[in-house]
Amino acid sequence: MTAVEPNRTARAAALEAVDLTKHFPVRRLGFHRRVVRAVDGVSLRLERGGVTAVVGESGSGKSTVARLLARLITPTGGEIKLAGQPVTGHSADLAYRRRVQLVLQDPFSSLNPVHSVRYHLYRPLQLHGMTEGDPDAAARQLLTRVALTPAAQFIDKYPHELSGGQRQRVAIARALAVRPEVLLADEPVSMLDVSIRLGVLNLLADLRDTEELALLYVTHDIASARYLADTVMVMYAGQVVEVGPATEVTDQPAHPYTQLLRGAAPDPQRAQVVVTTGRGSPPSLVSPPTGCRFHPRCPHAMAICKQTAPPSVPVSAGHVAACWLHTDSGAAR
Amino acid sequence: MSLDIDPAAGTDVAVAPVGITRRRSRPVRLPRSPKILCGLGLLAFFVILAVVGPWLAPYDPTAVGTDLLAPPSAAHWLGTTQSGQDVLSQLLIGTRPTVLIGFLAGAIATVLSVVIGISAGYIGGLVDDLLSLVTNVFLVVPSLPLLIVLGAYLPQGTGSNPFVIALIISITGWAYGARVLRAQTLSMRRRDFVESARVIGEPRRRIIAAEILPNLAAIVTSSFLFTVLYAIGTYVALAFLGVVDVSHWSWGTILFWSESQNAAQVNAWWWFVPPGLAIALLGTSLALINFGIDEFINPRLRSAGVSRKVARRTGLPKRSKLGLTPVLGGRR
Amino acid sequence: MTDIVLDIDRLSVAYGVEDNAVTAVADVSMRLRRGEVLGLAGESGSGKSTLVQAATRLLRPPGVITGGRVTFESADGPVDMLAADEHRLRKLRWSGISVVFQSAMNALNPVYRIGRQLTEVLRAHRPGMSTADRTARAKELLRMVGITGDRLNSYPHELSGGMRQRVMIAMALALEPRVVIMDEPTTALDVVTQREILGELIELRDRLGFAVVFITHDLSLLIELADSIAVMYAGRLVEHAPARDLFDAPRHPYSYGLRNSFPALSGPVERMTGIPGSPPDLSDLPPGCPFHPRCSFAVARCATDMPQLVPPAGDGSGRLVACWRHEGTEPPPAVLAVPTVPAAPIRTTVAPIAGGAV
Repeated sequence: MTAVEPNRTARAAALEAVDLTKHFPVRRLGFHRRVVRAVDGVSLRLERGGVTAVVGESGSGKSTVARLLARLITPTGGEIKLAGQPVTGHSADLAYRRRVQLVLQDPFSSLNPVHSVRYHLYRPLQLHGMTEGDPDAAARQLLTRVALTPAAQFIDKYPHELSGGQRQRVAIARALAVRPEVLLADEPVSMLDVSIRLGVLNLLADLRDTEELALLYVTHDIASARYLADTVMVMYAGQVVEVGPATEVTDQPAHPYTQLLRGAAPDPQRAQVVVTTGRGSPPSLVSPPTGCRFHPRCPHAMAICKQTAPPSVPVSAGHVAACWLHTDSGAAR
Repeated sequence: MSLDIDPAAGTDVAVAPVGITRRRSRPVRLPRSPKILCGLGLLAFFVILAVVGPWLAPYDPTAVGTDLLAPPSAAHWLGTTQSGQDVLSQLLIGTRPTVLIGFLAGAIATVLSVVIGISAGYIGGLVDDLLSLVTNVFLVVPSLPLLIVLGAYLPQGTGSNPFVIALIISITGWAYGARVLRAQTLSMRRRDFVESARVIGEPRRRIIAAEILPNLAAIVTSSFLFTVLYAIGTYVALAFLGVVDVSHWSWGTILFWSESQNAAQVNAWWWFVPPGLAIALLGTSLALINFGIDEFINPRLRSAGVSRKVARRTGLPKRSKLGLTPVLGGRR
Repeated sequence: MTDIVLDIDRLSVAYGVEDNAVTAVADVSMRLRRGEVLGLAGESGSGKSTLVQAATRLLRPPGVITGGRVTFESADGPVDMLAADEHRLRKLRWSGISVVFQSAMNALNPVYRIGRQLTEVLRAHRPGMSTADRTARAKELLRMVGITGDRLNSYPHELSGGMRQRVMIAMALALEPRVVIMDEPTTALDVVTQREILGELIELRDRLGFAVVFITHDLSLLIELADSIAVMYAGRLVEHAPARDLFDAPRHPYSYGLRNSFPALSGPVERMTGIPGSPPDLSDLPPGCPFHPRCSFAVARCATDMPQLVPPAGDGSGRLVACWRHEGTEPPPAVLAVPTVPAAPIRTTVAPIAGGAV
């Protein structure tokens, strides 16, 4: 794995989201229709042969973004473009699913306990009419691609006979069966044993290189995002607060929330203990704070932060942050 | 496990840590619990009786005889009725329709509850609202009065047709199972493998049939057995009340005649006790199997602890107290 | 010797009996000193939770303690935890040793206000306290963990996950125990809340002087938090060393692999390998060292003989390792023999950094 090249030539975006919004209705016995603003105005680009990490905590909306991109939920606003073409309607569903796949977090429930590994791997091929040749050979080849060898040993097993890491690999193999262009991974290693995580992360990195996949890696762990991703996008309370090259965002975070996240993450190589300011918890998404949603917790909050939501301000090449501090009128960092 | 009714089950009983895997190549294993074996044995007995009963019966059940209201004897093992009919023969002949209608009604009701319950749970929205409304109506309507009314409207000649009877009984028997399955489907819908199936591109009907339903196998079985129990009880009640044609022998019919001839007053216990006992035993067998399935689904219900022999050998208490982990070596 | 508050000596625990028995903890010995923070690290199947549950006799069936001895130094003198009867254990629990579990925030009864749940603890163990005293103490406990006193009247569902965990910690400290055992207390919380709670915990420890056994799978957390770290694998203790030493110079191949499983937050991004293979199957352990199938430093002896937990050859620092490569007849592999440099103590009082990158 090499360090990020800052001047990557512009590649075609495999999957792009423009101003994606999702509001969930809240069932209330009242007059006002209240909504949970789970995702608000999120834009991102996934490029082939690249990993984009979405970092955030629970309630930040990152999992909702993954599900929106996988078209498991329909957006309230904004649009999704696949290779430049806007995606609409239901008729495009199966074709979309051939090109965009999803891997979920929980290895213990992402595989159906009553079906064998062979069924899990063969079913997507059947659904998309890719069944020429020997189905067993196809399944075995998939298992080899995710380093579950010898494949013959695994193909007849049921999920409860596999370990967490092996199940996750089967889930990845299933997603790869239809040869997608985009692979969305929602916290794929969070529930795995620590010593196994790197193996799966390395597998994703290899798939990015060999298959030129566009990978979305959703996580709450900023260290693994730094390890795997080329681009890191930080989300807070349903909005994007910072985007940039992975090492730059983690080493020189521009947004106060990213700084808080970076400081709070365990770092054995840190010289001193960090005492964090910015105490508190993420806001309610039913009635989020006005202006910048982070301002109640922000140590640098100014008057304007309470009134107006900040724009995306460039901090350096390819690195933007949604923070008033970085505009000309804001205080210098 | 194939079913997660109680996801927190693992926190109560110390299920062995993650590192321990069981050697099973199929997800379904027959539990060797004594409850299930006992229940299955009893049920098998009655099913066999239903099949061979008519051949075993020593007399024609309707044939009147000379021995009136005779207590059990060598000639009539269960005695005779007011008109000299052999109770044992009536019981044996009557087993088949009782068991048959019970299972038939159970099957039809279960199919209905599966289709309606799972569809309501998975499709959601307006469909769910409508189906739930129908389910609730059928839950609330008192079943026996409804069946009596329906029975009165049956076309002539069909009153003894077991399929027709099973059909009308199943109309009142599907609603409870449908509610249970709807609740289970709702919780299963959010499981990751269902979402993954959607992402793969699986169509909705296949998700219901091939992804969700196999996982509900244990619950559907349990619901089926429960419904059979209900159907048998209802059929007996209908026969007892004379709603169904009493010229066709069933356990309920025996009770009908024994009641109308005041068998209890004349202390002719051999007339009503055997059919009552048979009903009770058949019901018990079904209930035992159900309990066994419950334990299978929810490990918490399994009786923890060690057998007496092992307890003696190792010095451990038979059932360890919570908060007092036993120590091998006998120290308490 | 009264400096030691908890002495676990060759404890062994199994699930099931006789033929069905699976050994979950085998021959584990460790000592906890007054005021020490001991980190217990391991993954699934390591036996770390089973160990502490057995030591406090809180292990649920089918768990059985199969050997060893646990001595707790209570205010009334040493107590043999494995021989104690129910009465004794009940007295000890919470006032001598208290436990906070992973989903402890779900251990709060949803229909009672938290003030009542706190005072219940006091009422059960301190019958002499008056109601006013109990309420005052409950308020003080909440204040200690950073929750305002008015929250006494809140129901659990009105508090966030982090706050509920803090309430559990307050409850655990209510009777000023000597030992607090925490089993993955912050795993279910977000990283910022985790940082805050751990900071508060250290402050409380400095003030009240209790010892902590902190169980987690997140080794990187322990480096900053613990005084010493014990690493478990497949029910055995494989290494026990001061925290900084373990991180700078791990001796056991598993500790080494584990340490290298955490991507760094600084420095160049280089490919890391973690540990190959899968977590152990406790019902089917190989002979010899349980880690040897995954170990890149294994030699012939590792497959036949079980290594003992002893100081590595030539090391007098008090560290313990269970590995044949450190036996002494041959020099250990270079990466496992990095010399340890005495480092400055981990915790220094530092001026607040405004959440910035360090």
